[in-house]
Amino acid sequence: MRAVFLLVRKEFLQVLRDRTTIAQVFLIPVIQLLVLSNAATFDVPRARLAVADADGSPLAASLVERLEGGGRFRVVRAQPTPGGFEAALRGRAVSGVLHVPAGFARSMGRERRDTLQLELDAQDGATAGILLAAAQGILADWGREALPGGAPAPGARLAPLDARPRGWYNPSRDYRHYMVPGILVSLVSIIGLLLTAQNIAREKELGTLEQLNVTPLTKGQFIAGKLIPYWLLALATFCLGLAVGRLAFGIPMRGSVPLVIACAMVYLVGALGVGLWLSTFAETQQQAMFLSFFVLLLYLLLSGIFTPVDAMPPWARALAQLNPVKHFVVIMRTVLVRGGGPAAIWREVATLAVFGAGMLALAVAQHRKRTG
Amino acid sequence: MTGVGTSAARGPADGAARRRAARAAFAGFVRKEAYHLLRDRQTLGILLLMPLVQVLLFGFAIRTEVRGIRVAIVDPTPGPATRRLRDRFAASPQYRLVATWPTADALPAAFDAGTVRQAIVLPPDADRRLAGRAPVPVQVVTDGSDPNTGTIMESDALAIVRRWWGDLAPAAPGAGLALSVRLRYNPTLASVHLFVPGLIALVLTVVSAMMTAITIVREKETGTMELLLVSPLRPAQVVLGKVLPYVGLGMVNVGLLLLAARLVFGVPVRGSLALLLAVCLLYTVTALALGIVISTRAPTQRTAMLAALAGLLMPTMLLSGFIFPVASLPAPLRLVTNIVPARWFLVLVRGIMVSGAGLAELWRPLAVLAGLTAALLAAGIRRLPVRLD
Repeated sequence: MRAVFLLVRKEFLQVLRDRTTIAQVFLIPVIQLLVLSNAATFDVPRARLAVADADGSPLAASLVERLEGGGRFRVVRAQPTPGGFEAALRGRAVSGVLHVPAGFARSMGRERRDTLQLELDAQDGATAGILLAAAQGILADWGREALPGGAPAPGARLAPLDARPRGWYNPSRDYRHYMVPGILVSLVSIIGLLLTAQNIAREKELGTLEQLNVTPLTKGQFIAGKLIPYWLLALATFCLGLAVGRLAFGIPMRGSVPLVIACAMVYLVGALGVGLWLSTFAETQQQAMFLSFFVLLLYLLLSGIFTPVDAMPPWARALAQLNPVKHFVVIMRTVLVRGGGPAAIWREVATLAVFGAGMLALAVAQHRKRTG
Repeated sequence: MTGVGTSAARGPADGAARRRAARAAFAGFVRKEAYHLLRDRQTLGILLLMPLVQVLLFGFAIRTEVRGIRVAIVDPTPGPATRRLRDRFAASPQYRLVATWPTADALPAAFDAGTVRQAIVLPPDADRRLAGRAPVPVQVVTDGSDPNTGTIMESDALAIVRRWWGDLAPAAPGAGLALSVRLRYNPTLASVHLFVPGLIALVLTVVSAMMTAITIVREKETGTMELLLVSPLRPAQVVLGKVLPYVGLGMVNVGLLLLAARLVFGVPVRGSLALLLAVCLLYTVTALALGIVISTRAPTQRTAMLAALAGLLMPTMLLSGFIFPVASLPAPLRLVTNIVPARWFLVLVRGIMVSGAGLAELWRPLAVLAGLTAALLAAGIRRLPVRLD
């Protein structure tokens, strides 16, 4: 026990002496949390829509007005030269072009029908989908009213539809309440994993690992001594980030905060244990860094923080189930946003505990006291 | 030092010979750096394989479309019309209909457990009401805890409900306004065309920056920096010599990643391939220069690593338009993205590959990226430690 304590103290002194690293460990997560939490949104802003009006009638003008008033589009009136629209669309100067054919007003009046053509830049499929739905809705409403003689048959024999959307759990739709826990966990994991992965590789590079290897420290004691200081640092960063999230973004804290911190203690053992395990493979700090990058991308992209897990193919969904980040983010959201207690999260906590124990066992088993 | 001094003292007649010697020294330095890179097989393997594996893995795993939404329908009195609504949800590739319940009692528990993320609640006697005059209330309940997917889920479900209702009504023959839609560049609205170039940008940025971030710091830590400082090489040559071998390696990576994007994921290359490669070359230099800037400022490898990986990973992911469109960001953050090189690289790569844009449309982002690269290179050279403390 005393041996572990001495190693922990040595590690602590080494880290605390390195002021630059300490500043990085606390400042990088806090600054990025403050900045990036605002960035994780799919909000579709008003899109620039060019209208190629070959008709020029008051009817076409009323259509443009309606599109403008819908809130989704900002109409750009432009010269109807096909090459110009093509270039504007390709150069992303506009998101779409609406073509109003010549004689539009006349054919709407006489034949009660006509066709408009809408071109949308679909490079970003999600945005295009939302713009398309908005355009269809606006044009359908306008078309019903604009037709002389009022609406056509629909509604005559069918009761009107009163479709009411209702959001549960986050009625304010503040994406930051959802994102802050995810981004905080990502940042703390990046820092913690890097610090532990780099540490043993550095001792290898400098040759000081051999000095540690000839001491009577057991493998378990060695791994514990390497884990505890960084575990404490990561935990401190996590608590700091939690406070920042509360003060700067007002993330809700409906459940118990001590419960979240207790879960963080369990989570960080596994998250940092991965770093220790990696560092037993890496010969140099550079290798440790590349291995960490690989694991970190797995952590972040298969966590469901930024992209939905439901959309992944089955094998990726299975891989996501092994991702501790995913489980810890679920815990944080359940406790903080929904106010859940221990009963709601015991399964995730158990998974994290098993993961942590497994990673430490791997790291101890993989660590070699002999070199060469 | 004496060698340099005597050759300088011989006067301008030996200028050409001196330049030749300087060139030979520089070439030797580049060769030495290349040997360093090629000798360490394990690291080289990681550098060549890891980006490819990552792009393949995540290219297949990640979809930003909302799919497989678990939906439940609450239908107290099933009839022909409501059954048709059920069929629509069951047939949609976006939805997985997990249950049809007669009452809404089970909903809160199902939402809490996460087994259901969306529910369509029909009123009692929906079929009979549809034949009447009073509005038929249909509720679309959405798990809004993730507002991003929540918005998309809600608009999708409302669209299905409206189409179902619209198709129930007998349309007046021929009358009405039709809309013909052309979805340009990406007719199936697939996210993979957007995602794979983004993944390439992310992996290229972080890997390249990490490669060079370590180099100079390692020379400082191991003490070999002193040897470089007393050599006749100028600081700019030291930086250039360190970057050049990695440019070669980076371009091999670019080739592999572009092949994967084209052959495995079917991302088109509609624009000029030469322009695409030129942009990739420029961006490789950008990312490597970013690493040089970090390594001239970092006192230890640990600091350099934290700055390169922890400092770049998340900002590159979130401020480049990789997952979240730049246009969606709040205005102050949109300003910040202007100095994120990956943002401009993404505009260029997506423009060339997906939209088939050329220099005429893309000169502006290209100029910005070139400017950022020049600034980073200058910062790296200026801060190169010319003496030891």
